[in-house]
Amino acid sequence: MLEATPKEITERQALRINPAKTCQPIGAMYAALGIHNCLPHSHGSQGCCSYHRSHLTRHYKEPVMAATSSFTEGSAVFGGGANLRQAFTTMYKLYNPDVIAINTTCLSETIGDDLPSLIDESRESGLIPDGKVVIHANTPSYVGTHVTGWSNMTKAMVTYLAEKDSPKNQINLIPGYVEPSDTRHLKRVLKELGVESVVFPDTSDVVDTPQTGEFHMYPKGGTTVEALKTTGDSIKTLALGPVASKAAAEELKNKCDVDYDLLDLPIGIAATDRFIQAVMEATGVEPTEGLMDDRGRLVDIMTDWQQYLYNKRVAVSGDPDQVVPLTEFLVSCGAKPVYVITGTPSRYFETRCKEILKDWVPEAIVKADADMFYLHQLIKNGPVDLLISNVYGKYIARAEDIPLVRFGWPVLDRVGHSYFPSVGYRGSMHLLCTILNTILDRKDRDDPDETFELVL
Amino acid sequence: MTENTNLSPKTDIEKQAAEANQQVMLSESPVGLETTTETVEEIVKAYPRKVGKKRGKHIVVRNDDPQQEIDANARTTPGIITQRGCAFAGCKGVVVGPFGDIVHIVHGPIGCSYYAWMTRRNQFKAREEGQDFINYSFSTDLNEHDIVFGGVGKLKTAIQEAYDTFKPKAISVHSTCPVGLIGDDIQGAAKEMSETLGISVVAFNCEGYKGVSQSAGHHIANNGFFKNWIGADTETEEIPGYTVNLMGEYNIGGDAWEIERVLEKCGITVVSKFSGDGSYDEATRAHLAKVNLVMCHRSINYMATMMETKYGVPWVKVNFIGVHAFAKSMRKIASFFDDPALTERVEAVLAEEVAEAEAKIAPYRERLEGKTVFLFVGGSRAHHYQELFADLGMKTVVAGYEFAHRDDYEGRQALPKIKVDADSRNIEEIDVEPDSKLYNPPPEDVLQKLREEGVIGEYGGMIPDMGEGTLLVDNISHHELDVLIERFKPDLIGSGIKDKYIIEKFGIPSKQIHSYDYGGPFAGFKGAVNFAKDIDLRVSGPAWKYIKAPWQN
Repeated sequence: MLEATPKEITERQALRINPAKTCQPIGAMYAALGIHNCLPHSHGSQGCCSYHRSHLTRHYKEPVMAATSSFTEGSAVFGGGANLRQAFTTMYKLYNPDVIAINTTCLSETIGDDLPSLIDESRESGLIPDGKVVIHANTPSYVGTHVTGWSNMTKAMVTYLAEKDSPKNQINLIPGYVEPSDTRHLKRVLKELGVESVVFPDTSDVVDTPQTGEFHMYPKGGTTVEALKTTGDSIKTLALGPVASKAAAEELKNKCDVDYDLLDLPIGIAATDRFIQAVMEATGVEPTEGLMDDRGRLVDIMTDWQQYLYNKRVAVSGDPDQVVPLTEFLVSCGAKPVYVITGTPSRYFETRCKEILKDWVPEAIVKADADMFYLHQLIKNGPVDLLISNVYGKYIARAEDIPLVRFGWPVLDRVGHSYFPSVGYRGSMHLLCTILNTILDRKDRDDPDETFELVL
Repeated sequence: MTENTNLSPKTDIEKQAAEANQQVMLSESPVGLETTTETVEEIVKAYPRKVGKKRGKHIVVRNDDPQQEIDANARTTPGIITQRGCAFAGCKGVVVGPFGDIVHIVHGPIGCSYYAWMTRRNQFKAREEGQDFINYSFSTDLNEHDIVFGGVGKLKTAIQEAYDTFKPKAISVHSTCPVGLIGDDIQGAAKEMSETLGISVVAFNCEGYKGVSQSAGHHIANNGFFKNWIGADTETEEIPGYTVNLMGEYNIGGDAWEIERVLEKCGITVVSKFSGDGSYDEATRAHLAKVNLVMCHRSINYMATMMETKYGVPWVKVNFIGVHAFAKSMRKIASFFDDPALTERVEAVLAEEVAEAEAKIAPYRERLEGKTVFLFVGGSRAHHYQELFADLGMKTVVAGYEFAHRDDYEGRQALPKIKVDADSRNIEEIDVEPDSKLYNPPPEDVLQKLREEGVIGEYGGMIPDMGEGTLLVDNISHHELDVLIERFKPDLIGSGIKDKYIIEKFGIPSKQIHSYDYGGPFAGFKGAVNFAKDIDLRVSGPAWKYIKAPWQN
């Protein structure tokens, strides 16, 4: 497995090998799915839309509906205006969405299609029926990564829809580029605390729908346009995951003067504490007994089982917003994240991870804009006890015979990520149990008969 | 066409199975003509008028005319939720990517290389002392600066870095959409780096906007193979034996290995494979094989015909999917070589393999017989898999290709009737001449006989294999799928990943015919048995019964 990968690390200027990122439009499509009754639309060649739908489907095992402008060579030369106009006609006649969320691609961006003008013209000429919402995000594939695309589409929701009317006793929660299970759990926590909120985008009940024998093109989930409009009236915005969520929070501040707190994703004890504190400060609520019990149970697992994580060398790869709090969580459990990488260029990532690791793992290598090939080479030069990464890590894990915990996006070969959260106290319990059980499975596999234990 | 009795089944077991198969294939649709016609009207009416008019030409109810026509390989109207992908997917993703010992560098922003990374399940085994890059993704990862100032320099550096790190025998370069627009000369870069490094570096201009589907990319890939690799081994002069190339077989789930197992058992040598489990060195010797076996007509017919013109290597259309289809194809190959010793061996192998497969399939067929299937896939698979479903007693009532052309539906006799439109005109057609040294066809009288018997150079397409009242839907849209499910309520739908969970939310099992749902092989005799088990689990699996709670019925 991956036998062509040499141990010796040489600096590469131009060649990306085994990326730890993908392009903007897929993130935009995923975010758009988190609007109720929305049809994401990919303005470019039909291959982009096909790849993005396929990839999201492989991750969620759910229908992922999206349309495309189906560019041909002619559109590449003359621009995609005619394609978009035809697309509006087709989509409204056939699929009748309340919202169309358009993302651009590297092709339409390189051509220079002016989406706001194209949308305005289509509205004026009646191609977009009255009452129908069309939003767009510029998501050139040659800038940023899939996380940037999510961020841009989420920001577009604010740009197009947020309004300032009369103040409402609610907060906005931007959950970050997370699983539907995570968003569902955060909504439950807020409900338990008695906090009114607009959570956007919200992909729960969109990409985790029940099997009922009926197909619904627009599932019941997703943030409604009405709710999105009220985000300008909220007390505060809590933006989780600075790389994914800052842009939308800042847009709300600029457009409707709603203050925001920029927080890490609530993965692990400390990050969840900060999240709960932020909710308390924004709304004045106090944590419920149930929530405190969950917190206590998480800490209980950490103390009960710390012998198996303490000083364990861990390699971590994933999206920056996930990896930062995960690294912090691992440190809080006594583990040593020795290699911490992300494919997304991000100064926040490097600064925060180095800060987290400086005392406990001063030798740690932290790198943004890195790839899985580099991570593999690091591991070849200094072995680890555990790899935590998205699905692509399984090849490294097999090559180097390392236990693997699948975490982050995408996970194409296992079930559970869309149903069981890894945020909040309860989600962190689930994540920690997965990590511990993976290590213990490995211990059981490796222990000779005479030290193979019944009780651990 | 002269009747060639050599192609007929020999054992009783096979005769019975073949007859049962043909009965299913050619029987009338159980749906009924009235329902079918009404459904087509309902489908077309829902579109904007002009779009509906166009779509109407891609939807054909099968009548008794074997020469029925259908529109295909036309643009998808923007806004339609389509199965189709792009030229890049067809070139790098489908046809070139499966070569496992070549470093495939995608020149463009990161996404295209990422999405085409291991997702097609083209299995590959490294040759002895050979290299293996099948699980790697290589990209120039272009950023905004590169798009503004050009990416050729970065591409050349990337090729150099790939060479320095891996020392591969060959490197391929694939351009994505923006590269075509900014005008990077990838052909020049490849040529220059090929000379500098002393290895084959081949560039494919397969920008995603070219053509109307993956199909354009297949053609571009074929052209690149043909110009650069076929015949590149100038040292080997002859490969003895019954030699073949396996063309248009992509080794999804190990299909090619099961096909090879049977070919080798018959004493037939596979020289090269295009391109599942494909290897560079083998590809350079492909011109020395005596015949090309064409599986996926759509994606590889260009190479087959170009090799015939240049090297005199004839091609035989085969279908290794299905017990009956495989046996028929093996007899075509034996007919081509026309050697009693080989024919005898082939018949002995078929007698053994068919009997074993039939015995193993029988219990599953009992449960599956009479069930109905939709098939929306590929450029050949929607045809090939009908034969395998027929082996299970399952009737395909609606079928269509995602990206095929009229000749894949109507047969190659449609070729002169196809008008070349603006979207196809931009794909290079290579002028091929017989090679002054290497053109080495079988004698003309032999060729003549093989042509008359329909053994070589012949593909009849999907239409003649479908019974009256069945429905053909080219390039199906989501809306059409939706209506067809509601009206026809099939027992199983064969399609791709994007459709799979849509179909299953309707409570209807779906089988992925691109990726095989991570199973396989489904080709060949062992494959047919695997397929029977797989379809049985999907159709007969107990979980479907729990969709409604007990209090809901």
